[in-house]
Amino acid sequence: MDLSLSTRTVGDRTVVEVGGEIDVYTAPKLREQLVELVNDGNYHLVVDMEGVDFLDSTGLGVLVGGLKRVRAHEGSLRLVCNQEHILKIFRITGLTKVFPIHNSVDDAVSATD
Amino acid sequence: MATVELRFSALPEHVRTARLVAAAVARRAGVDESVLDELRLAVGEACSRAVALHQRSGVDGAVRVALTEQEKRFLIEVADEAGPAQAAGAGGGGPEDEDALGLAVITGLVEDVEVGNGADGGVIRMSWPVAPASADA
Repeated sequence: MDLSLSTRTVGDRTVVEVGGEIDVYTAPKLREQLVELVNDGNYHLVVDMEGVDFLDSTGLGVLVGGLKRVRAHEGSLRLVCNQEHILKIFRITGLTKVFPIHNSVDDAVSATD
Repeated sequence: MATVELRFSALPEHVRTARLVAAAVARRAGVDESVLDELRLAVGEACSRAVALHQRSGVDGAVRVALTEQEKRFLIEVADEAGPAQAAGAGGGGPEDEDALGLAVITGLVEDVEVGNGADGGVIRMSWPVAPASADA
């Protein structure tokens, strides 16, 4: 199982659909994708994690890095995740307080805080 | 002697293999299905940390994963050969933060965990209970 990435634009948001396993080996690919999007001027990102089977701290680190980058441009990074075993990792690291986590892409795309 | 022992070059691409092997051996040993996801993640974190320590210290070597089935506990030991633990906080930022996040995940997931030093580097020891009577023994 590798990492799959696809992006699409919904209004002023860029949705990054992630599938597979995000770990120490695959996380650099996600990092590159996020860096590229921000460099291209996409500052409002929605990372859809519904297709993610596995996430570790390296993946968390990449998401935190992405968040720092978009915030430097007054942007946002929202996550879509309903999977309990993935949510648990955000919870035990305290990152549920850092990332807005949504139930659906629709919800994340329309969210404005 | 460990039930199953795995040694791999300290490279990121092998961490997934270690996770899969650990989960498979743990399942066979009678570790409850409900904690296998956590076990898989914890082993992955320990191995990722070991690989990162090697990369940071520039030391070639192997990561050793020992899986030991005992009567009541299933033990996992992940050891690196990256040398003595270095004082943290040298660079400020990057790798140390990820290291801290990895350890936070491990300690958040595993009740019985010990982070120590072995002969050639760091060792993380973790254990999980096994079901009293294996259903398909």
